[in-house]
Amino acid sequence: MAIVELEHLTKVYDNGFKAVNDLNLTIGDGEFLVLVGPSGCGKSTALRMVAGLEDISGGEIIIDGTVMNDVPSRDRDVAMVFQSYALYPHMTVGENIGFGLKLRKMPKLEINRRVTEAAAMLGLDELLDRRPKALSGGQRQRVAMGRAIVRQPKAFLMDEPLSNLDAKLRVQMRGEIARLQHEMNVTTIYVTHDQVEAMTMGDRVAVMRRGVLLQVAGPQDLYDNPVNLFVAGFMGSPPMNMCEAKVEVIGGEVWVRIGEQRLHVDAEDVAARPRLREYDGRIVAMGVRAEDLSDASVATSAPMDRRLRAKAFITEALGSEVMVHFTLDVAAVNSELALDTASLEAQKELLATSLTGTPWVASFGPRARVRPGQDIEMAVDTRNLHFFDLETGLTIKG
Amino acid sequence: MSFRLTTRPGHPTFVDLPWEMPLASWDIPRLVAPVRGISRHVVRFVAYGGAMYALKELPDPIALREHSLLRALGDDGAPVVEVIGTVTGRRDEADDELEGVLITRHLEFSLPYRALFARQATEQVWEPMLDGLVELLVRLHLGGFFWGDCSLSNALFRRDAGELSAWLVDAETAELHAQLSDGQRAWDLEIAMGNVGGELLDLQAAGEVSDDLDPGEVADELMGRYQNLWSELTSDLVFPSWDDHALHQRVRRLNELGFDVRELELESVGHGELRLHLTTRVVEPGHHHRRLLALIGIDAQENQARRMLNDIRRFRAHLERRDGMVLSEQVAALRWMVDSFEPTITRVPESLRAKLQPAEVFHQVLEHRWFLSEQAGADVGTEAAVDDYVASILAGLPDERAVLGSPPTGSIPRISSSR
Repeated sequence: MAIVELEHLTKVYDNGFKAVNDLNLTIGDGEFLVLVGPSGCGKSTALRMVAGLEDISGGEIIIDGTVMNDVPSRDRDVAMVFQSYALYPHMTVGENIGFGLKLRKMPKLEINRRVTEAAAMLGLDELLDRRPKALSGGQRQRVAMGRAIVRQPKAFLMDEPLSNLDAKLRVQMRGEIARLQHEMNVTTIYVTHDQVEAMTMGDRVAVMRRGVLLQVAGPQDLYDNPVNLFVAGFMGSPPMNMCEAKVEVIGGEVWVRIGEQRLHVDAEDVAARPRLREYDGRIVAMGVRAEDLSDASVATSAPMDRRLRAKAFITEALGSEVMVHFTLDVAAVNSELALDTASLEAQKELLATSLTGTPWVASFGPRARVRPGQDIEMAVDTRNLHFFDLETGLTIKG
Repeated sequence: MSFRLTTRPGHPTFVDLPWEMPLASWDIPRLVAPVRGISRHVVRFVAYGGAMYALKELPDPIALREHSLLRALGDDGAPVVEVIGTVTGRRDEADDELEGVLITRHLEFSLPYRALFARQATEQVWEPMLDGLVELLVRLHLGGFFWGDCSLSNALFRRDAGELSAWLVDAETAELHAQLSDGQRAWDLEIAMGNVGGELLDLQAAGEVSDDLDPGEVADELMGRYQNLWSELTSDLVFPSWDDHALHQRVRRLNELGFDVRELELESVGHGELRLHLTTRVVEPGHHHRRLLALIGIDAQENQARRMLNDIRRFRAHLERRDGMVLSEQVAALRWMVDSFEPTITRVPESLRAKLQPAEVFHQVLEHRWFLSEQAGADVGTEAAVDDYVASILAGLPDERAVLGSPPTGSIPRISSSR
């Protein structure tokens, strides 16, 4: 176990491209930290610098109090997990888990001890004498994990380890890795572009964009309190609904105008973000999560001044909820920060649709009877509205 | 049912294959089962006429990525299997998604490591195999290629005048960079050591490799040999400015190792000394291979080519002495091909020509001729050497154009790769 500290970590390639820019991050002893961001954000480069695979242009990597900048990767006592594991058909499960230690000439007794311990943790203790052929897909994956566990490294480094698995196995392995990490309490840095993985696995999640660390926080905190448009749009599935809105302070009351519609933000909600008043008469980016829009025909007690009306164009019944897609007759947030969160295809779609309205989605209860083409009215939980400055992209708080 | 198939011209269209079914459930006459290594994916082989193709099932994006990597490596002249195409967007009869397929051409006269160990004594195999793998890894690293899963299973071996040359067959975890850092090379080497050690332990568990072999020591040896070769190819040399010989010696040594120098940088370091610097991008493999190909169009492995070039040199000297005139290398090479190489190969009965590559047969005949001549105390001549070689050695060898057998391993799902 170890504390991993990244201090002013920077990577500049020969062509001048700054892949990682002054990254400061401390990963606590036994912590599971997820580095997340879109392709090219620098997350893998940062991890590879920790592993010793990339030369460091600036800053320091400190593991357990020792500066590792010039220490060869094999001497850093970190394990890059699940890079390319194959199981050997003629070796038993136990041999498959422990062969790396055998190659390192570790005494047999110690190998047996570690293999037995890892197998118990992985629920493979009854299968140690079997051949891989007799195992299920999930059990084979666990044997591969056992191989990393028996090394007992100071830290696990995982770079998109589940990207090649099918959806079902990916979900299963996600839980498995998170459980094991907590059981072993080994400091872990996990890189992914998948925000669902990030949200479900990490103790803390660090969001990166263009080489810069934007925010590091617990998953729920990140979801509830994104520091800027990028984090707001990137974290969460479906992404946060966004549109341009005009702040209006009328008789001391704060309203936001969304096209032809208005929402009242009551005094208590404004108190949580007093600077909003300073934006009187200005356009801001407003965000609201799908689950903060509910079916007003069910939530009949919701105040009338906190409702939005629209026409549903697609509904998706997912069992536990119904996703209702609609457009608002208002400009989409086309700032660079917001667009960066979407894939290229989605960006094109976003730009195209911004001419006719902004696509939003609401999460209704499972009994909702909304049909495509139907007019809908939604109650908005204004306590959970998010406001961002359009110029800086930063959240409006304080 | 649907799919999207892209292939290279000059190969079958593959449209007759049942793409609407998972590869594992295929039961078609075109299927063949060559001996192969461990695979994390389902891999099937199909035959079209004399050509055999490997079909590997893996997710669409990974198949496309591996396709482009193999293609880039192939275009760069690296020893990799020829990539033919991909099949993506596959759906079965029930319209459920199926994984994509990568199509590569099976490398003729290549042998997987398991077949090599099954055919020869462990001590005869492991060193040439390790050298072949090390040379392949170094070549790839010089080109900025991070393999990510270097193993005996992910390579095929071709006989090469007493040595084994290795070919990359799996680039699923690979990355192509402008240049590799020392850390990336070290990590690739670390993976290779673990994989090779594991594969040898597995062969021991199967009783296919002698227990006298220590897989841990072989893995360590891999690192040592890699470091030696890397250093020989890339380390700087400081020598007196008047001593051109040192420079020529270094270049010659690189050529002997099968590499060319494309560019060298000389820097004055004072005291009348020069520093010769060869950066990782200035050397490339295949010096003898390309030289032979340019001279007479024979496509041989590096060591085979070196052996043949030596024989051409000997033949040229013989002609010049005999006829009392100077011959150009080109003319001598063409005369050698007509008078020496082709008669040797055509003397091998047609029925035995699938045993080994012609270039390997020629090399082995030369060896045999030397052996017989030593025994006889006089040169026995080519014809007698060929006839004896065919009868006593070649006839007893198994065919190596395509080594068929029941695959000893099933597919095991992989857990990850690089992005």
